[in-house]
Amino acid sequence: MTALLEIRDLKAEIAGKQILNGYDLTVNAGEVHAIMGPNGSGKSTLSYVLSGRPGYTITEGQALLAGADLSQMSVDERAAAGLFLAFQYPLEVPGVATMTFLRAALNAQRKKRGEEEMSSPDLIKRVKELAKILDMDMEMLRRPVNVGFSGGEKKRAETLQMMLLEPKLCILDETDSGLDIDALKVVSNGVNQLRSKDRGIVVITHYQRLLDYITPDVVHVQSAGRIVRTGGKELALELEETGYARYQAEAA
Amino acid sequence: MGHAPTTPTRKLTDAEARLAEIFATQQSAGAPQLAKLRTAAFDAFSRTGLPNRRDEAWKYTDLRALLRDVKPLATPPEDSAKQSAQNAAVLAGVATRRIVFVGGYFVPGLSDLGDLETGLSVMSLSGALAKGDAATTAQIGKVGKVDDPAFALNTAFMGEGVVIRVGAGACIDRPIQLVFVAGAQPATYFLRSLVIVEKGARATLIESFEGETTQEYHVNAATEVVLESGASLERLKISREGAAAMHVSTFVASLAADAQLSDFGFNLGGGVLRNQSFIALNEPGAHAALRGANILKDKEHADATLFLDHAAERSESKALFKSVLDNSSQAVFQGKILVRPGAQKTDARMMARTLLLSEGAQAYCKPELEIFADDVQCAHGSTVGALDENLIFYLMARGICQAEAQSLLTEAFVGEVIDAVEKRSVREALTALVSERLRLRQ
Ligand SMILES: Nc1ncnc2c1ncn2[C@@H]1O[C@H](COP(=O)(O)OP(=O)(O)OP(=O)(O)O)[C@@H](O)[C@H]1O
Ligand SMILES: [Mg+2]
Repeated sequence: MTALLEIRDLKAEIAGKQILNGYDLTVNAGEVHAIMGPNGSGKSTLSYVLSGRPGYTITEGQALLAGADLSQMSVDERAAAGLFLAFQYPLEVPGVATMTFLRAALNAQRKKRGEEEMSSPDLIKRVKELAKILDMDMEMLRRPVNVGFSGGEKKRAETLQMMLLEPKLCILDETDSGLDIDALKVVSNGVNQLRSKDRGIVVITHYQRLLDYITPDVVHVQSAGRIVRTGGKELALELEETGYARYQAEAA
Repeated sequence: MGHAPTTPTRKLTDAEARLAEIFATQQSAGAPQLAKLRTAAFDAFSRTGLPNRRDEAWKYTDLRALLRDVKPLATPPEDSAKQSAQNAAVLAGVATRRIVFVGGYFVPGLSDLGDLETGLSVMSLSGALAKGDAATTAQIGKVGKVDDPAFALNTAFMGEGVVIRVGAGACIDRPIQLVFVAGAQPATYFLRSLVIVEKGARATLIESFEGETTQEYHVNAATEVVLESGASLERLKISREGAAAMHVSTFVASLAADAQLSDFGFNLGGGVLRNQSFIALNEPGAHAALRGANILKDKEHADATLFLDHAAERSESKALFKSVLDNSSQAVFQGKILVRPGAQKTDARMMARTLLLSEGAQAYCKPELEIFADDVQCAHGSTVGALDENLIFYLMARGICQAEAQSLLTEAFVGEVIDAVEKRSVREALTALVSERLRLRQ
C-alpha cells in the first residue's frame, strides 16, 4: 500500500542555508505521528517545505503525498490534494471576511477535485457546528480572518479550518502553544474527531501534555534538520525527563 | 500662483482654436441668462489656455498635450442609443431614483421623477433655465471661487445636468442617481449640476458614468454643491468609462456650520480620468470626508486632485485614496490643505495608498500643506507596495489559487474605502463592481 506521506532523504534550504539534512519519514493513513525537537531544528521548515512556501527549496530527495510528488504541485494544488498545515503563527488577513475566506477555500478545493461546491447555507451550518465543538463565538467568525484574535483564538481558528476542509494529511505546527488548559482540551477533542483510518496526522509539539490528549502512534525526535530517533509514546515521556541534550550532541 | 501671464505669442493648439470657434458659434443658442457667465468663463479660460504640466495643479495630467482634438458638441441621441442606455449597468440592482442622460441629453422616458419625496425638487438644468428658475441662475458658477481652466471650460459650454434642491430638514433616504451614458458618436459632453442641501437636510447623490470601450468621447463634468448648516450629503461618483474616453470632472462644494460631506470617487475604467475637488469648509464644525479608489489597468491614467480650504474653526477633513495599478497604468494623488488664519482646531488628514500589481505601473503623490493657524492638526502620508507574499501563501495553503488569492487581497485593500459607504445595498453593489473589474484582469 502507498504511504500517505513518504519523505525520502529530503534536503532543503532557505536563503541558501541548508535546514533539512536528509529527512526520512513515512506516515500511513490512520496514524498519528508526533515530532518533537529543539528550537531551530527545522520542524516548521519541514512543514513549509511540504506545503510549498516560496523561498524554501528542495535540493535533494523527495516528498510524496499518496504517491504524488509534492514538488510538482503548486501550493493550492497540494491543499486540494489533501495537505493541510495548521500554522505555528497563523496570519491575520485584514479586510477578508472569515466566511468569504472559508467558502473560497473549501469550494476551490472541491472544484479542483471535481466535487460539487458547498452552498452558503450548508457552509454556515457546518461552521456553526464546528464553532460549537471548538467553543468559539460565531461573532469572531464575522470578523476578518484572524484579525485581532488572541494567540489561542488563532489556534482554534486554524483547527476550525482544518475540520472544515477535512484534509487527508494534517500537520499541526505547535497548535498547542498559546492554548490555556481548557482550550488545549477543546482543540485536542476537535483534532481527535478527525482521527480516522483514512487520515494521517502529524503533530509538532514541544510538550508532552498535548500527547496526553492526542495519543500518538509514533514519536520522532528531530534535531538539526533530520529525524534522529523514533519510538512509541513513551519516548515523549523520556524526553520530558532528559531533554534534547544527547540528541543535539549526536547531530553535531 | 495666480494667472500665468498671457503669452500672446503662443500659438493656440488645434484644440484651443477649435474651442474658441465653437464658443463663438454657440453664443446665440441656449439660455440668455447664462450668457454673461459663459463669456466671463471663456475669457478666463482664454487667458491661460489648456493647462499643461507647468501648471502645478495639472503637473501629472497635461491636458494640453492630451487633448489633441475637440470632439463635436453632442447632438441629441438617436433612439437606438437611448435603447442601449437601458442596459446601463452601474448600480443597476440598487433601488435608486435614476435620472438618465444619454449622449449628454436628459432622457425623461428613462428617468424617474415621479413621486418626489416631500422637500425634494429635481429638475433638468435645461428645464430649470427654460422656466427661468431664479435660484439656479443666482447660484450656478458661484458656489466656490474656483480658478481652473477645465472648470472654466465647463462653465463656458455647460450643457445638461440637474438642479436638485433638498428642502430644510428633509431626509431623503432613496439615493438620487444621475446616470450618464455616452452616446454612439464621438462627442464632447459638458455636464453641469447644482445641488443645494438646505439646513439640516440629508441626501445621497450618485453620479455614474459609463461608455463603450471602443468609443472616443470626452466628458467635462462639474457638480456644485451647497451644504447649508447641519446639512449632510453623501456623494458617490463612479466612472466606468471606455478605454478611449477622456473624463475631466470638477467638484465644488461649500460647507456651512456643522455640514457633513462624505464624497467617494471610484475610477473603474477610462483612458484619462481626472477628478478635481474644491472643498471650502467655510464655517465652524464643517466636516468633509473624501475617499477614492482607482482600479486601473493597461495605460489608464487617473488623477485625483483635492483642494481643501479650511476657513473656520473646528473644521475637519479626512482624505483616503487607494489605487490598484496593473500593467502600465498610473495614478496621481495631489492634495492641498489650506488652513486660513483663525481656523483653529482644524483637523485635516490625507492618506494615499497604492498597490502595484505590475512593475510598469506608477503612482505619483504630492501633498501640500499651507497653514496659517497655530492650533491645528494636519497630517499626510502615502504608501506604495505590492501584495503581501505571506498572505498569498496563507490563502493558497488553504486551496485558493494564486489569482483568486490576489483578487481577494486586492478587494480587501479597496474594501476600506467601500466600507465607509453608508447604505449596505450600495456597498454590496460597489463590492461586486470592484470584484468584476479585478477579475477582468485574469
Ligand atoms: N528566512 C530564513 N533565512 C535564514 N534562516 C532561516 C529563515 N527561516 C528560518 N531560518 C532558520 O532555519 C532554522 C529552522 O527554523 P524552524 O523555524 O524550522 O525551526 P523550528 O524547529 O520550527 O523551531 P521552533 O521550535 O522554535 O518553532 C532556524 O535556525 C532558523 O533560524
Ligand atoms: Mg517552529
